[in-house]
Amino acid sequence: MGIEGVGARVARKEDKRFITGAGRYVDDMVVPGMKHAAFVRSPHAHAQIKKIDVRQAQGMPGVIGVLTGKELKADGIGNLICGWMIHSKDGSPMKMGAWSPLAFDKVRYVGDAVVVVVAETKGQARDAAEAVDITYKELKAVVDAPKALERGAPQIHPEADNNLIFDWELGDGKATDAAIQAAAHVTRMKIVNNRLVPNAMEPRAALGHYDKAEDHYTCWTTSQNPHVARLVMSAFYNVAPENKLRVIAPDVGGGFGSKIYIYPEEIVCLWASKKTGVPVKWVADRTESFLTDAHGRDHVSTVEMGFDKNNRITGLKVDTIANLGAYMSLFSSCVPTYLYATLLSGQYDIPAIHANVRAVYTNTAPVDAYRGAGRPEATYLLERTMETAARELGVSPAELRRKNFITSFPHQTPVIMNYDAGDYAASLDAAMKASDYAGFAARKTAAAKKGKLRGIGMSNYIEACGLAPSAAVGSLGAGVGLWESAEVRVNAVGTIEVLTGSHSHGQGHETTFAQLVNQRFGVPIDSVSIVHGDTDKVQMGMGTYGSRSGAVGMSAVAKALDKVEAKAKKIAAHLLEADEGDIVIEDGTLKVAGTDKSVPWFQMALAAYTAHNLPGGMEPGLKETAFYDPSNFTFPAGCYICEVEIDPETGTTEIIQFVAADDFGNIINPMIVEGQVHGGIAQGIGQALLEGAFYDASGQLLTASYMDYTMPRASDLPSFKVSTSNTPCPGNPLGIKGCGEAGAIGSPPAVINAITDAIGVTDIAMPASPSTVWAAIRAATKH
Amino acid sequence: MYSVNYHRAASVTDAAKLVKNGDAKLLSGGMTLIPAMKTRLAAPSDLVDLSRIKDLQGVKVSGKTITIGAGTTHYEVASDEKLKKACPALAHLASLIGDPAVRHKGTIGGSIANNDPAADYPAALLALDATIVTNKREIAADKFFKGLFETALKDGEIVTAVTFTAPAKAAYEKFRNPASRYAIVGVFVAKGKDGVRVAVTGAGDDGVFRSKEIEAALARNFAAAALDGMIVPAKNLMSDIHASADYRANLIAVMAKRAVAAANA
Repeated sequence: MGIEGVGARVARKEDKRFITGAGRYVDDMVVPGMKHAAFVRSPHAHAQIKKIDVRQAQGMPGVIGVLTGKELKADGIGNLICGWMIHSKDGSPMKMGAWSPLAFDKVRYVGDAVVVVVAETKGQARDAAEAVDITYKELKAVVDAPKALERGAPQIHPEADNNLIFDWELGDGKATDAAIQAAAHVTRMKIVNNRLVPNAMEPRAALGHYDKAEDHYTCWTTSQNPHVARLVMSAFYNVAPENKLRVIAPDVGGGFGSKIYIYPEEIVCLWASKKTGVPVKWVADRTESFLTDAHGRDHVSTVEMGFDKNNRITGLKVDTIANLGAYMSLFSSCVPTYLYATLLSGQYDIPAIHANVRAVYTNTAPVDAYRGAGRPEATYLLERTMETAARELGVSPAELRRKNFITSFPHQTPVIMNYDAGDYAASLDAAMKASDYAGFAARKTAAAKKGKLRGIGMSNYIEACGLAPSAAVGSLGAGVGLWESAEVRVNAVGTIEVLTGSHSHGQGHETTFAQLVNQRFGVPIDSVSIVHGDTDKVQMGMGTYGSRSGAVGMSAVAKALDKVEAKAKKIAAHLLEADEGDIVIEDGTLKVAGTDKSVPWFQMALAAYTAHNLPGGMEPGLKETAFYDPSNFTFPAGCYICEVEIDPETGTTEIIQFVAADDFGNIINPMIVEGQVHGGIAQGIGQALLEGAFYDASGQLLTASYMDYTMPRASDLPSFKVSTSNTPCPGNPLGIKGCGEAGAIGSPPAVINAITDAIGVTDIAMPASPSTVWAAIRAATKH
Repeated sequence: MYSVNYHRAASVTDAAKLVKNGDAKLLSGGMTLIPAMKTRLAAPSDLVDLSRIKDLQGVKVSGKTITIGAGTTHYEVASDEKLKKACPALAHLASLIGDPAVRHKGTIGGSIANNDPAADYPAALLALDATIVTNKREIAADKFFKGLFETALKDGEIVTAVTFTAPAKAAYEKFRNPASRYAIVGVFVAKGKDGVRVAVTGAGDDGVFRSKEIEAALARNFAAAALDGMIVPAKNLMSDIHASADYRANLIAVMAKRAVAAANA
């Protein structure tokens, strides 16, 4: 692999600027004449807008413009859309309610944008925003998804009767019912997956600049996929034609899904820039982030899992209600459907599965993909149920899982997915060994002597990454293709630029993508620049989410590298008067195999550009483009084991150890992979123990700051024991599966399984805060 | 933040004059006031900064009498060697407030004048039977803390110091809110010449209070075992998304017991 090639623990090139505070984020961007926007947001969860009076605000110091939704609509700016069509089981299309970037008739959640003020300074914009006088008629609100489906619940959108967006199913209902009916044992549970706020370190931001001279728009924005932002803003929101709109996502400080979507603010900043004649910048404050970033999870499910007399799973029936919030965010519909129900087979050979999913409007922030997106919900449901089943059946949770593992590949599940490779027993064995699972009973006894309750829990997750192929996702309703593009430019002196449609917002692409090039051509990674995040620089691409940058983005790079390599070898063969089939590339040199004849990489590159001596008919230059559309999803999987110790007096849970044994396929940089796993586990433990977005019944967000929303801190977490045992993915040229979401997917059920084991209850709500655990212990001991 | 006039007071007398300006507020460490202003929840016309007044700084220990200037930071209280000997429980309490940045800016005077129902110092001062000294008078802790964010301070009255007699034994146990790290329940127990006093912060729906039932049990026997089976009533305790009143009642007993054990250790 060399010291900088594939598999090397190379320190991240980009970290120098990040850790010295020299990163360049949207808020660092300054355009001559730039002014500042503040949004007037709804203080009500549900209300009619009776009157908007902007006169006083218009007269405030520094105010340049005060703009409303009616003006936006009059200028032809479109409503926000959900780009993945789901059909209900009766064949009807999902019921998408109108989402105006600025509300003008009705507000539907606290934080809904109503008016934008543009002023000389941020402070003046905020002062004037407070002077906007909006008369509301408050309506009854509903925040809980099952309640929103009840008869007589407040009607949020006229398009969706009883707030039902779709009632969708997957799998064979009849076969599943029959399997459950005939089962020797059925485990039944109600599973709640709590709502989370993504909390990227950098809040969302947008800078819209309309250049009148060029009739051209530029938008700097915190996006995980600037090309998709450009496409959607031009094709659906009518902000500007695609050729006149440049979207730049510079350094972006974390996304976790929340920066995939196009939000009202970037649309409004672009429109307001044209309207007012000045560049307009908006940066969310933390409260705006809590209120308006797309939230994650929020499922309420019931599950029935049937077993035969040999403890083999015979059927799985799931009914889920998914809270999508007040509006359908860009990819919200695919999260509780094709990213969720398709993973309900887990690592297990289950003959019959049926899932019914109802998606529901409520007066809460929109809900969309958040690290894992559907797969954490599926894993949580399945792994909580497996653990409970093992306890009911009186068998070891590990052995019940092992007995039901899929062991031969490819494996077609009853819910669309075709697993290509994996070795689930290998991960289980590795995790059990690393955690000294066998020694747990003794540790539990020792803890009990100190008055502490020990528990151990495991989770055997599978996830689907890469989201592909395009034709398949298209047939399932996706409005876009899910391929990726790359361009490799070899400069005249042999340095290389890789232009990728993937976008790094913390993943380390500038390092890992360069390692891939180093592996091929021996060029030092410092001589390889990764260019991304600018629609004027990079060809159309699809961005980064769903752990796809490695499996899809780097595969596109590999394809482009193939083409570069082929041409480079032709040039070298010509220069060395050899057959191109005899040329090999080693240590930055093109050699004739088995001889001492060679030409250095840079000299070959120079030859490509001087074009003094190229093979006959060859075009000068050395630059190749590739688009890569995968043949299948990839299927990372693994086993996580968590051991906890609980103080029964206070309900405090201490994580004694956390073990992760993953199968990510081939790995480019183990250090970066470990970092991804650490971060993912921290978020998963966050969900299980600490984090929860709570609304009161009137729709006010109670957890709208860090005073009330508990982010995981280093002191909440143990040192993780992580390892991988990898089976290469046969579906892409690099054998990569992806690792970005696994930690967040696999860990919550492991933690909750450990807590319920420790205190002897079937279930406990997430986040299992000390208060919740104490109440559960008390309830359990009362009976 | 709205625009505000800033004044740096040179002395307490100077501050007392300046605070008469418009809708002025006194600024000490600013650990509560400044965030409230940044989020536009507080909008004073003027700020009178007390933090440079020398007379308000420092810890004095004279025999059994301890006096702490109102402008003394939590860090200074936590690290004062004389105090660590005379009343280690209070130094320990200060070390548990916020994070290092907060402890280097926040002050004891600012904390008690704000009287956040989840702040730590009110429990200590109440349990230590401290006296709060202002530029006008001296107020007993029992009379000073009036409710949620309410004190006996009159408009423009400035806390200059707190003073108390070192207890024979004392300790503070805090159970933190997992998000804010303020106290969900904090219990300060003190055994002094006039008996046992136990004060609870973070839990009462009317702010810091003394637990009469725990005091009575410990007056008979100042030992953790004296609190075995102690049931603290949940009535008048706060209930929120982080902790129910029942849970807080349980924590009061648990933290009190641990505090007594620590005080006796």
